[in-house]
Amino acid sequence: MELTVLVFLPAVAAVAVLLLPQRYEGYAKYVALAAAVAMLAISLQMFFAFDNDKDGFQFVVRRDWVDVGAFNLQYFMGLDGLSMPLVVLTTFLTVASVLVSFSITMRPRAYFAALLVLSSSVLGVFAALDFLLFFLFWELELFPMFLLIAVWGSGRKEYSATKFVLFTLAGSAFMLVGILVLAFGANTFDIEVLGRSSFEDTILPVRWAFLFLFIGFAVKLPIVPLHTWLPDAHSDAPTAVSVMLAGVLLKMGGYGIIRMCVTILPGAADDYGIWFAAIGAVSVLYGAFVTLRQTDLKRLVAYSSVSHMGVVLLGIGALGTTSLVGATYQMLAHGLITGLMFVMVGLLYERTHTREIALLGGLARQMPLIITGLVFAGLGSLGLPALAGFIAEITVFLGAFQKFEWAVLMAIFGVVLSAGYILWMLQRVAFGPVRHEWDGLADQQHWWEHSVVAGLAGLVILLGVYPAIVMDKIGPAIDHIVLRIGS
Amino acid sequence: MNSIDIAGPQIAVLLAAGLVLLIDSLAPQQRRLLPYVALLGLAASAAWTTSWVSRDDYQVAFDGTLSLDKYAVFFYYLFAGITATIVLASIDWVNREGRGQGEYYALVLTAAAGLMFLAASRDLITIFLSLELSSIPQYILAGWGKDEKSSEAGLKYLLLGAIASALLLYGMALLYGVTGTTLLTEIAQQIQASGDAHRSVLVLAMVLLIAGFGFKMAVVPFQMWVPDVYQGAPTPVAAFLSVGSKAAAFAVVTRIFFEGLGADFLSSDWSNLFAALAAVSMTLGNVMAVVQTDIKRMLGYSSIAQAGNFMVGLAAISVAGDQFTLGASGILLFLAAYAFTNLGAFVAVIAISQKIGSDQIRDYAGMWKRSPFLAVALAFCLVSLTGIPPTAGFWAKLYIFNAGIRADLAWLVIVGVLNSVISAYYYLGVARQMFLGDPAGEEPVRTSPSIGLSLGVATLGVFVFGILPMPLISAAQDAVEIFAPLAH
Repeated sequence: MELTVLVFLPAVAAVAVLLLPQRYEGYAKYVALAAAVAMLAISLQMFFAFDNDKDGFQFVVRRDWVDVGAFNLQYFMGLDGLSMPLVVLTTFLTVASVLVSFSITMRPRAYFAALLVLSSSVLGVFAALDFLLFFLFWELELFPMFLLIAVWGSGRKEYSATKFVLFTLAGSAFMLVGILVLAFGANTFDIEVLGRSSFEDTILPVRWAFLFLFIGFAVKLPIVPLHTWLPDAHSDAPTAVSVMLAGVLLKMGGYGIIRMCVTILPGAADDYGIWFAAIGAVSVLYGAFVTLRQTDLKRLVAYSSVSHMGVVLLGIGALGTTSLVGATYQMLAHGLITGLMFVMVGLLYERTHTREIALLGGLARQMPLIITGLVFAGLGSLGLPALAGFIAEITVFLGAFQKFEWAVLMAIFGVVLSAGYILWMLQRVAFGPVRHEWDGLADQQHWWEHSVVAGLAGLVILLGVYPAIVMDKIGPAIDHIVLRIGS
Repeated sequence: MNSIDIAGPQIAVLLAAGLVLLIDSLAPQQRRLLPYVALLGLAASAAWTTSWVSRDDYQVAFDGTLSLDKYAVFFYYLFAGITATIVLASIDWVNREGRGQGEYYALVLTAAAGLMFLAASRDLITIFLSLELSSIPQYILAGWGKDEKSSEAGLKYLLLGAIASALLLYGMALLYGVTGTTLLTEIAQQIQASGDAHRSVLVLAMVLLIAGFGFKMAVVPFQMWVPDVYQGAPTPVAAFLSVGSKAAAFAVVTRIFFEGLGADFLSSDWSNLFAALAAVSMTLGNVMAVVQTDIKRMLGYSSIAQAGNFMVGLAAISVAGDQFTLGASGILLFLAAYAFTNLGAFVAVIAISQKIGSDQIRDYAGMWKRSPFLAVALAFCLVSLTGIPPTAGFWAKLYIFNAGIRADLAWLVIVGVLNSVISAYYYLGVARQMFLGDPAGEEPVRTSPSIGLSLGVATLGVFVFGILPMPLISAAQDAVEIFAPLAH
């Protein structure tokens, strides 16, 4: 029940925001904030009520929903140790993205409504246990995302929004075929039942279905070479949308691969594991190299995301408990660190109105607080020990090393490069001679700015020094999945 | 129950048509009441239908030629709803046009009564008469506009319609010749009894029937009239043709083929034929729609492609056992979802073209800034036509493709899915224009209450059934239960 409330609360709040009379439109952000905080509270309550030792899904709701002729679709949702942390990440970043949007004045009602619907659909993706329901939430996310980029973005916003939608749609067309092949083969969309099916009589070979699903998820992750929509979407999206995009939307891809591809078709996953590792390692390296030569702050962070998500795929490819736990952890760490990174870049851009690294410099003196946040996020991004990213990467590398030594070595080189691009960027933006055109600009000053930065940074440290808080949840869930690969 | 009671819904509609004409000639100063009288008649018709449903009293009348079953009831509701929407959407246009207001509504109502008879007929002669009762008013309506294009549309529709009727009559005559009866149930018995002795004649009859109805269903290769007539006819009439007339044709074809020609050795023949027509219709309709610049022509070609989707349900007859009616229920579900969706799209087009005086897609640019309501509603209907969730169109497509898979028509379903991708290009292209294009003018586009109401109801239907499609699906499944005893 609480899961239903959690998933649909933002959607209901979105309607409430839209129904605000014009003259009260300034209150839209407070309604959105109230909803987001309520979501966070519910999800935290669930997080602490979650029983780590229990097998299977918790907070389950299951109702018959649509009878599609020969089999039923269910309204079937639940959480396990894999999705629970991602749900909390989503609610947390929803609060953060509402707060960083407090200065939005253009059509605020529509903006916050879209942001809330986006949050609703992402939560639905993580909670759904019926494959078609999952797909519906997956598609629903496109509408608000398109509007958020195309209307409230900057630069070539319409081009970027369209590109984002087209890439995702093309991927989901493949995914839908994959879903239908599996569903018609097993006469159900129920993910639990699908996981137990043997798929003997399918209309297309099961291998194909696996690849189709993978393509759908890989576009979202994204992998090289399907990543080209990401830098465009990021650089033209408003700050809050970048936070959501990097923080949780990319995770839908990684989550989908683990939950669907690996869990439902472990045999195929085992066969293709080496390809996953190779694509992952290439993404890490390629992403890092391309990041090095970025001149726009947001594009830099976007390409570094490609590199970081490569680590996730490498972890998945090794298919061991440790590596999969690491991959999941990397999704959480990247969500928080890159979220913070985009917040800091957004704060900078709001003041300087440029993201060109060459035009910035010496800002540490003019905006000490913002630069502190940026440096902190940067250190997190390059994998400094005691911060979340370090734990994630080291776990993936340890887990994957035995199986794919070469891939891990490639990825480690990518991490070395990340130190290069982050430190070089910080040196150019934060230090060096002071530029007087940026004199007199305000530093981080509003309560909402402080609270977002402090909250995100706090979590990055928490996950860096006390990983057990989520590892205890992820571990058993991953064990469960890995057991199936062996059998 | 007597026979008059069985024809009650149609009689209510026809009485309203008469009343409209009377008011128009006797009390011309009360003309603004005309559409409301028409709506009242439709409401009475639906109420009459409801009274049977509540009594659960289903029978046949007029010596078995007219059947009151759940199948007919489904379409009575559908046609009452469609016609009510058309009447609402016509009010502005008819008022502006000025002349012949009474005749316009009377013709729409008469055509609606014909469609209702068509859904309930199980006798070849009744079917033909009902078809003409609905067609002749539609010929006149297509030519109702004052411009040349409308006259051309009317004439084209009439001439091609006459040829189609002739083909249909040939087919019916052959069927009668072989079986000696015009009742569908008896035809089925005769065919069972004689086995495949007359197979070649029966196949010829089937081909002629499909050709005759194919014209009304607007499937390739009987689709030539569609773009011209949709473009030339007044937009409300085009909407009526694309939704009402097409739905009735599918209703009667489904009944004839399932109830009359469902014999094993025949159904494999026509199943293949329908599968081929479906694939060709989808593909040709979609490819042609991509290059259109006029939104009414685009909707015309899109309706050809959609007819191809419906036809997957007919091709899926070979589903065996307790899933025998899956394809038929898919058709009904799709027709209902399509009715909401396409009416929504057409009503939005009516509203927009009335204000901006153009049907060119490029003039829809920036519509979001001029009328957020119209742009969002039209975009949502186009999303539903594409078959993207959360819309009624998505469930319809999923359901009917599922039926296709069950009938071992995976190739046809793959063609259908690929076509959905093509259709996304032109449907969403319009949406893209509306949201991202630069507005052609600053002037806001306002909607009248009647247009707003009909568009609101249609779009809400698309959305609500997109989230909770079960009521629609159960209604469709109940309606086709009458075919279940025929399973082989």
